[in-house]
Amino acid sequence: MKPARRECALLGAILLLSLLPLFGVPGFYRAGNLRNLAIDNLPLLVAATGMTVVIVVAEIDISIGSLFVVCGALAGLAAKASWPMPVVVLATVGAGAALGAVNGLLVTVARVPSIIATLATMTILRNAIIRATGGAWIQDLPPGFQWFGLPQDAAQPIYIGVALAIFLAGVGVLRSTAAGRSFYAVGCDHEAARRIGLNPSRVVLAAFVVMGALTAAAALLNFTRYPTIETNAGLGFELQVIAAVVVGGTAITGGRGSLLGTLLGVVLLGMIGTVFTFLHVDPAWGKAIQGTIILAAVVGDTALGRKARHG
Amino acid sequence: MPPPLLELKNISKTYPGARALRGVDFDLRPGEVHALLGENGAGKSTLIKIITGIEPADAGGVFRVDGETLSDPSPRLMQGRGIAAVYQNPTLFDELSVMENLCIGEDGALVSWRRRRAMARERLARVGATLDLDRPVRHLRMAEKQTIEIARALGQRARVLILDEPTASLAQAEADRLLDLVEKLRAGGTGILYISHRLEEVLRIADRFTVLRDGGLVGTHGRNDVDRTRLLQLMAGRDFAELFPKEAVPIGEVVVETRRLSCAASGVRDISLTIRRGEILGLAGLVGSGRTEFARTLFGLTPASSGEIRIDGNPVAIRSVGDAVAHRLAYVPEDRKAHGVIEDLAVGENITLATLRRLGGSWLDAAAEETLAAGLARRLGIKTPSLFVPTRTLSGGNQQKVALARWLATEPRVLILDEPTQGIDVGAKAEIHRLMGELARQGFAILLISSELAELLALADRIAVMRGGRLAGILPGGEATRERVLHLALEDTVA
Repeated sequence: MKPARRECALLGAILLLSLLPLFGVPGFYRAGNLRNLAIDNLPLLVAATGMTVVIVVAEIDISIGSLFVVCGALAGLAAKASWPMPVVVLATVGAGAALGAVNGLLVTVARVPSIIATLATMTILRNAIIRATGGAWIQDLPPGFQWFGLPQDAAQPIYIGVALAIFLAGVGVLRSTAAGRSFYAVGCDHEAARRIGLNPSRVVLAAFVVMGALTAAAALLNFTRYPTIETNAGLGFELQVIAAVVVGGTAITGGRGSLLGTLLGVVLLGMIGTVFTFLHVDPAWGKAIQGTIILAAVVGDTALGRKARHG
Repeated sequence: MPPPLLELKNISKTYPGARALRGVDFDLRPGEVHALLGENGAGKSTLIKIITGIEPADAGGVFRVDGETLSDPSPRLMQGRGIAAVYQNPTLFDELSVMENLCIGEDGALVSWRRRRAMARERLARVGATLDLDRPVRHLRMAEKQTIEIARALGQRARVLILDEPTASLAQAEADRLLDLVEKLRAGGTGILYISHRLEEVLRIADRFTVLRDGGLVGTHGRNDVDRTRLLQLMAGRDFAELFPKEAVPIGEVVVETRRLSCAASGVRDISLTIRRGEILGLAGLVGSGRTEFARTLFGLTPASSGEIRIDGNPVAIRSVGDAVAHRLAYVPEDRKAHGVIEDLAVGENITLATLRRLGGSWLDAAAEETLAAGLARRLGIKTPSLFVPTRTLSGGNQQKVALARWLATEPRVLILDEPTQGIDVGAKAEIHRLMGELARQGFAILLISSELAELLALADRIAVMRGGRLAGILPGGEATRERVLHLALEDTVA
């Protein structure tokens, strides 16, 4: 496990980006702003941890933007029904895992390609939430819902800690458990995996369950920051997450990827928007540059891969 | 005497539409090298799949490991029983490191990378190899991948080691080292099932020989009962299946000629041959000998890197399929399901697929398309309810005719048929054979690639034999025998 070139390149890009605000942008490096920046990107980090697993097994899940808001709404409704917050957390994560399992079963049992299966569940979940709420925001949440009833200043470090703990647990599992390595094995080659006694379907299913559970965790870290739940949230979230993972160097063809890269991808893509806002750049340009970075990452991968095969 | 490590009795295996094994017996004792021999398609691979638990055998056979009958084998169970296999085409995890490939699947719940590194190092040392442990295996050469597979299998303290063509992609020095290793393992009591087309190698190392032919057992012989000639005879057999021999038709002028045709990328080297009007030239050789690669080069799929192709005596450049079609070549590929027909398209659409451009300008002329398809379907006797049913609903033989019809629609003069009767039943096979004879009579020049020697011997006017990307020799039909073709096709033949 040598530090890859990709990680170094990302680190360089992040350093370069963090130099920009030094030129005449007061306020970017205030502690409060950095903390907000971190808090804003926690859901992205947690979901990208799950997405790394899914892409490593050579699948994809584009339903997570819809799943994200469904989980947030479920948490809000449960809290309004005066469930204790620990139960709300368990129920939300359980629901996320169950909906992830639906995706996983569509892929492994019904043999629907994952991009189609999750396109379908994306549409279904998005419509379900609109039907159920009539498009209205969920309001009048109990006081214990926002920041779990803690003062914001006390809650924020805890949120950061929880997200980092999930991320580090992911690092540990993917690196140092047989279960984690089996994701890589299956992502490389189902037949070879079968020959060492793995059950590829079960491993793929597990990846989708992890994805669902972590999407629910991301939703909790996101929606408990506000007094109301916007039921149109999470649009395009899946694309942000996939972009962070791919920019982080996880091969879209499966079998290769690291969570360290994903973390750097999240930091890079998370920072860009804010830095540009501070620089008063048109947000459309920010998006365009994000797109360019994604393209550069993927094209770089294929070019390097081709060179390695023939060189 | 200890019970045999493996004992298989009356093992059969039926795939949809094909019988791969018919009542085969096989056993393996501790401390012996037991060679498994047979032509392509004799059933060796199927037998290995059954022993390693990848495929279940049909009901009715007996499968014992260490004297214990197994009813529900699986890859994991067989591995647990100490059965390890090394395949000709390594099944490694391309994206993962050498280290991980050597150790994967043998950790507890937790993975200790330090332990893996030590284990990987020891395993490589045992086969005398030095490789960068952190390198992804996708960067490695074939021989290096093979080494990893063997090192992994040996590391698992296998008591039964299956080596399927382990030396096919190794250089001589590497192969010798492997054979030394095999002898060392035998001395240590491991039972080794050894498959190789290199007869000298097998004769040097094996204690017993089991020969399969057409899915059936020919016999098991001790070291003293056989020599090279006897093994060739056993593998080839004498009985010919029911075939439609080609009728004698006048052989005309040379239509296509290759001169030292080579393709560096696919390993085809210096092929010089001719195909005449009305002639069926058979192309024989083991799997991997370069037959299909040569056909692909001739047809412009992997253009030649050097050498010359002549049509009617004039040098032509075939750099693409478009060029090949323009020079009126047609190629009906191997693996009908993957490349020959598009199963979801209607029969008629499949037939006209290669001719769409000719059928009209930018817009297709549906009437002309249908006329063409109907004409060809009638000419080849394709049995289909209509031209509009999906091709997948047809039988294998009729699908093959659809693939053939597509290329006849391009009005070729040279037909390259790659394994045209693979996986179709006996009746349909005879029908395809009859059709080939008919096409030859109509003046086509036909290149017939087949792994089935009986088919080549019955149909071909001459048989070209390939070996290791080169032409090993051309036998006139009258002089070709199974033994002579095999002789040319096998690696260690002295020229």
